Amino acid sequence: MIANYGYKDGSGDYYISIDTDRCIDCAAGRACLTACPKEMFEIITDDYDDEVACIKQANRRSLAYDCADCKPSGGYASLPCTTACTPGALKHSW
Amino acid sequence: MITAGIDMGSRSVKVVLLEQINVDSAPQLQYAVKKAHLMMPGELDADQAAERAFSEALAAAGVARDDVKSVFATGAGRKQVAFATEGVTEMTAGAKGAVYMYPNARTVVDVGAEEGRGIKTDAEGKAVDFAGNEKCAAGAGSFAEAMSRALQLTLAEFGEASLKSDRTIPMNAQCTVFAESEVVSLIHSSTPKEDIAKAVLDAVASRVCAMVRRVGIEGEVVLIGGMAHNPGFVKSLKGAMGVDAVSLPDLPEFVSALGCALIAAERQH
Amino acid sequence: MNAQVAEAVAPEKKEFWRWQENTWVDESKDWRDAKIVTCGIDVGSVSSQAVIVCDGELYGYNSMRTGNNSPDSAKNALQGVMDKCGMKLEDITYVVGTGYGRVNVPFAHKAITEIACHARGANYMGGNKVRTILDMGGQDCKAIHCDEKGKVTNFLMNDKCAAGTGRGMEVISDLMQIPIGELGPRSFDVREEPEAVSSVCVVFAKSEALALLKAGYTKNMVIAAYCQAMAERVVSLLERIGVEEGFFITGGIAKNPGVVKRIERLLGIQAIDTQIDSQIAGALGAALFGYTLMQKQGAAKAA
Repeated sequence: MIANYGYKDGSGDYYISIDTDRCIDCAAGRACLTACPKEMFEIITDDYDDEVACIKQANRRSLAYDCADCKPSGGYASLPCTTACTPGALKHSW
Repeated sequence: MITAGIDMGSRSVKVVLLEQINVDSAPQLQYAVKKAHLMMPGELDADQAAERAFSEALAAAGVARDDVKSVFATGAGRKQVAFATEGVTEMTAGAKGAVYMYPNARTVVDVGAEEGRGIKTDAEGKAVDFAGNEKCAAGAGSFAEAMSRALQLTLAEFGEASLKSDRTIPMNAQCTVFAESEVVSLIHSSTPKEDIAKAVLDAVASRVCAMVRRVGIEGEVVLIGGMAHNPGFVKSLKGAMGVDAVSLPDLPEFVSALGCALIAAERQH
Repeated sequence: MNAQVAEAVAPEKKEFWRWQENTWVDESKDWRDAKIVTCGIDVGSVSSQAVIVCDGELYGYNSMRTGNNSPDSAKNALQGVMDKCGMKLEDITYVVGTGYGRVNVPFAHKAITEIACHARGANYMGGNKVRTILDMGGQDCKAIHCDEKGKVTNFLMNDKCAAGTGRGMEVISDLMQIPIGELGPRSFDVREEPEAVSSVCVVFAKSEALALLKAGYTKNMVIAAYCQAMAERVVSLLERIGVEEGFFITGGIAKNPGVVKRIERLLGIQAIDTQIDSQIAGALGAALFGYTLMQKQGAAKAA
């Protein structure tokens, strides 16, 4: 399952998507939990009883701002979260 | 030589007439603002509004239209200014105006009615980077305005009220429409209006600040745009940015129009 | 002071955005004949539904406006349908809560997210050919892709921004002073289809709508422009998860043809038709999840 957390508003699309099939048996030791400086990730048991990472509820409506520190407008070569997620389950839409 | 800068904002039109007085002096002493004029377009179309505002400014300054060497326009509606020689972006105009007034300014925060943005500038007043949250009302003055309406306060009273609060109530809603319901329920739960006002201004400040952080905070920070009139917002912004001082121009809403007029003057050489 | 403010904020005026509440039970059946009676309760931000499922078949539902708190809204929604068919809480084997207030449904045995429930409900209402589901609720919009069993394979939810939600529609209904149920039909009563309102943000779209009226647009044209904007926005959300044939719309907006027909036009796909109230999909899915769980437990006991 692809779980997209975030939103689209007048200013653009801000989604972090998690491919739960790649996330279930995490080969990276849940590195996303500590990689994110804002600690936005958490592990939940989803509706189909799989243990997967998700974005905390408190951050889902403010990703454009919450992720701003990792995305200077001048450009950032690599994001801490997507770099830490070696199975490649994590993607940013912007 | 006289040049004009017209800032076609979403709510108001700002006109600055600038006169070059001494070519050989330092940049700050070269120019004098002859007239700063603001007009609310009301029922007028954008092109009519620009024309009217410009005529009013000329009349008030006693300047003949033919004496104006060049007119530059900026703002969301800059393309509607038919008589402008050229249009420049809000970033370009804002940076130019801010650095002219504050030579050490390197970070310009511009918060108007419908747009909020952070601009990084060099010593010449050239915008080198910017980040904004446009086309969403939550990151700009209209968010605060909508909430002040729900509290039945003017925007000025709203700002004053927030200064009286030292409580921090988080606002869950990120959208202006949803936040209105949240404010109404805060009113129903007898939350003091001072605390609500602070919560609202803190929310706008944190969004604006996140955008400014994207360009980096360095040098002197200048706040321009209409929200600079709101002391509550200024306090919230300082808190969010973690800075002790933010420079506030006397006429913050005219800084972009001023920058525009300066660029028009420089291009004459 | 606060009381005065509150009064001023909610002045007595005609509420154009009000929609109909309703209750229904399948008169051709008797729930007393069923082996397993399960219930799903969807407490949304604007409306709450309770659905009764007998042996995996839809039996009855009640849909009403969400009150001040989730537990009471859940109770009232359920009471409405139980009263209609003479049922008591102890007659129900299993209750599943869903919706944004799902953790506050007092008698629920389990809480499941509305994403999974809507997919399951749509799978029942539209059949197993349903792949793409759009749910436009009161304060959110969900785009879901699911497999033939109604299991979610891709989803997104937007509850941050009012654009593309029922709330956004309520704002325009209030602005135009036209009952929300009339917006759809009126949006087609125009000589030619206007361009969509260009602002996504509801606040800016509102100013744009007023400017259009000033510029000589009729109310119907403004409504059409707004419906088109809403359709375009929703389609952009659907495109993120990928649109496939087997398209199903749930939630209150499904009742607004002004938006639905425009979405269909943009996608080039017809939405699957259903006789069942589109607003109950979440609660229905929840009740069906409850039924599956009971079946599994029964099987476990038998084994």
